[in-house]
Amino acid sequence: MAETIPVGHAPEHAHEHHEPGFVAKYLWSTDHKMIAMQYLFTGSAMALLGGFFAYVFRSQLAFPGMSVPGFGLVSPNEYNALITNHGAIMIFWFAMPVLIAAFGNFLIPLMIGADDMAFPKINRLSYQIFLLSVLVLFVSFFVEGGAFGGAWTMYPPLSATAEYNQTPLGTTLFVTAVALEFVAFLMGGINFVVTAMNSRAPGMRMYDIPIVVWMIVLASIIFMASVGPLVAGAVMLLFDHNLGTAFFDPKRGGDPVLWQHLFWFFGHPEVYVVLLPAVGIVAEIITVFARKKLFAYKTVLYTAFGTGVLSFTVWAHHQFIAGIDPRMANVFTITTLLISVPVAEMMFVYIATLYGGSITLETPMLWALSFIATFLIGGVTGIFLGASGTDIYLHDTYFVLAHFHYTFVPIAVIGTFAGVTFWFPKMFGRMLDDRLGKIHFWGTVIPFNLIFIPLFVLGVAGEHRRIWDFTQFPELSAPWMRDLDKLATLSLWVMLSFQIVFLVNFFWSLRRGPKAPKNPWASNTLEWTADSPPPHGNWKELPTVYRGPYEYSVPGREQDYWPQNVPN
Amino acid sequence: MSSARPIATTRSAAGMPTGRLAVWWVIASEIVIFGGIIASYVMYRLAHDAFAESAAHTATWIGATNTFILLTSSLFAVLGHKAAEHGDGPKAARMLHLTALGGLCFLLLKSYEWTMEITHGFTITASTFWSFYYTAAGLHALHVAVGILIMLIVAQTAKRNLELHRVELIGLYWHFVDIVWIFLFPLLYIAK
Amino acid sequence: MIERLLPAASTSATEIDFLFSLIFWLVGFWFVLSEAIFFGLILRFRKREGRKAQYVTGELQSEKRWITVPHLLVLVCDVFIVFFAVRAWHQVKQDLPTAPTQQVVRVEGAQWAWIFTHPGPDGKLDSADDIRKVNELHVEVDRLYHFQLTSRDVLHSFSVPVFRLKQDAIPGRVITGWFQPTKTGEHDVQCAEICGIGHGLMPARIHIETSEQHAAWIAANSTVSVAAVAGR
Repeated sequence: MAETIPVGHAPEHAHEHHEPGFVAKYLWSTDHKMIAMQYLFTGSAMALLGGFFAYVFRSQLAFPGMSVPGFGLVSPNEYNALITNHGAIMIFWFAMPVLIAAFGNFLIPLMIGADDMAFPKINRLSYQIFLLSVLVLFVSFFVEGGAFGGAWTMYPPLSATAEYNQTPLGTTLFVTAVALEFVAFLMGGINFVVTAMNSRAPGMRMYDIPIVVWMIVLASIIFMASVGPLVAGAVMLLFDHNLGTAFFDPKRGGDPVLWQHLFWFFGHPEVYVVLLPAVGIVAEIITVFARKKLFAYKTVLYTAFGTGVLSFTVWAHHQFIAGIDPRMANVFTITTLLISVPVAEMMFVYIATLYGGSITLETPMLWALSFIATFLIGGVTGIFLGASGTDIYLHDTYFVLAHFHYTFVPIAVIGTFAGVTFWFPKMFGRMLDDRLGKIHFWGTVIPFNLIFIPLFVLGVAGEHRRIWDFTQFPELSAPWMRDLDKLATLSLWVMLSFQIVFLVNFFWSLRRGPKAPKNPWASNTLEWTADSPPPHGNWKELPTVYRGPYEYSVPGREQDYWPQNVPN
Repeated sequence: MSSARPIATTRSAAGMPTGRLAVWWVIASEIVIFGGIIASYVMYRLAHDAFAESAAHTATWIGATNTFILLTSSLFAVLGHKAAEHGDGPKAARMLHLTALGGLCFLLLKSYEWTMEITHGFTITASTFWSFYYTAAGLHALHVAVGILIMLIVAQTAKRNLELHRVELIGLYWHFVDIVWIFLFPLLYIAK
Repeated sequence: MIERLLPAASTSATEIDFLFSLIFWLVGFWFVLSEAIFFGLILRFRKREGRKAQYVTGELQSEKRWITVPHLLVLVCDVFIVFFAVRAWHQVKQDLPTAPTQQVVRVEGAQWAWIFTHPGPDGKLDSADDIRKVNELHVEVDRLYHFQLTSRDVLHSFSVPVFRLKQDAIPGRVITGWFQPTKTGEHDVQCAEICGIGHGLMPARIHIETSEQHAAWIAANSTVSVAAVAGR
């Protein structure tokens, strides 16, 4: 492969010895940065698709029976398929690949001072399996009977019996795609953990590792420890659906609730799997733009550990009313509310970090701060759902939906924009436009709140999720409720259209943006000591580490930052 | 893109060779996969007495023989590791071939056993017990088959005294496959 | 608090509404406080010429207090919430009250309708005078009801928002729960667990009636006349 001659593609860096061809450079590369970009672009494209799905079904909710521009009429069948795939795509094919795989791949070697991942070929393979899972999911949209519409949670018997879901092929392909995605992330996760444990630059001790690397590694470990039973469960579900076994069929001795245990034993830790990388990204950004040392570095780690461990003990709060033994609910109420302690403490740490800073509000900082402001809403509303008593009422209403969008949108959308705007100079060697960045920021964050605050109210008023048309329910047809639903939908339209600003900014800056210096934000961590963008191998001479990552504004020093690789 | 390993692969800040560390993490993630299926099985087993009746139809002697075969093959894997540590590639390769042979015997005996059971009407849909029986043992057999394949590849390079550290890695994996069987055997065959 | 948006029409609704308000004020306090401090700090510590950021590690006990004390207070709030959550849960789900006048209704979820079986004039289920209705449940105000919930095919969830009541229906299992209506009226019953293509098309109604209205409804709908039952 090294000998490939470039065909039909002008080499951009003519100074290198032999420029690999298009396929070798963009599709078959083992370079961690290229694989990160593959994950980033694939994941972002999937986010656009998921956003499009949201646009279609929200339009149907606000204007029932409307022919949605770009889609057409939405049948109940299609509605179910759209919400199912919106959820699955946003979590499995957007949040996971972008937050863990893209940032993990890009940042781990660069931040720990290594030239690549420990296993570059396995890294490439993990992306390829991920890509395969995307393709299988796409195929599932177009097979006979249509795409799977049994919610991303795939509860049997609906998902286990073709007679009930009426999408025999769609269901099989959907479950297969999810299982393949898990395999890809198991491989990728092992690579991340091993690389961060073993390939650190000389001198980098445990507490010199940037928080975001810690968080991605912890997330990978939590993922690894929680997904196994669901992998086994997915096999069982596929057997039930296609071979006629009865693992989840109550009529023949199976138990549908078992699936719920397997699913949520993974599903709840999964929230923290995507949360931790996002809070890691936020930690990097607020320290740089507040010129402050991270408040109580070790406490942040302990809270992350604590959240990780506790996340394995809370899964059944998704099943309070699912027919489990009512006594179990008491145990899970306690564990669930306990998890608010480390998460609240983590937010307190971030707020405390701002104290005494010298804060500037560039685009990445705006994103990072808005993460804290909005995630707090997601956090406090979780208490209503963790408390078994109120969950009886709120379960599966729009309150739940608004709650987890107030966690997942800050995590996935805001976290991604924070990370991309912050590391864009390093990724592509050019600067983004700050003014367009700010327009995009306000155009995203304001409508985001206007979508989901009305949905909290609608949820408390008794509106349930996953219902195709509320006007059939006399109580839900009240004009004020329909108006709130319209407000949410219109806000979504506004939010989605503002993404065009980002895309324009991104692609324009990619070609025409001002050239980025090595360290545009005056940051301490190692990735900023490499060229922008770093070449294959990252550094000519690999760095050595002398101190922790957050030594900003150290008294007695002329500069207000102190890079990790500078001896003194 | 040279084929040389990145420096990242050769570092060992955690004090353990990168390959071995990775295999341990692979095993950790496999433990939860098998753990999930075994835990589900045990929960069903406790809830349904009918399982014992189905389990009475399993061929305990074949299971026992297979246990013996797998344990023996693990012994060869240990001997292969020892040879590799002494730098004796060809001997390590011979030992790995013997290990793979053990795995193959296991699979052959298993297919005989399954054929017999299926012809007696105990198919995967016969009852929840049989569903678990074929799914759990099948997932394990898949790991045995993949292990054999990798082992043959490792033996091929070890014969030429190359990449000898891999002998230990495949051995670790093989022991894990062995231990999973040690859990499955009593659960599927003996506990009546 | 919920009552402003949706009437509370059962005894458990009062309990759950109280818990909701309690949590609302407790977490609302923390939320407002955190956001106020957060935005306050951003305003207070904006970059200014000639002022350098402070070097605070957060590792000293005196500094750590700023997060450990609030974190302990959060824990105290949690204990409060757990106590009241468990109490509400106990009353609504764990206990099954009985009364001499209690009635039993059967609720069956099916793709895609709710099937309600009401006892006829004899007040018993599974007798010739049972009244079966699709998507229509009739109950009497102030009377204790037990419901036997099951499903014919996939998971459904029986949700009566005005009662603040919700319970999944599982095929092959009969789950018993209870409610006691406190207000007359006609309200929505929704399915709260996705159950296939027609999940959005199961709009059932609950009719909470006075005892006279209810008796009249039974008389009008039962195949066996009230007199025949009384004479038996």
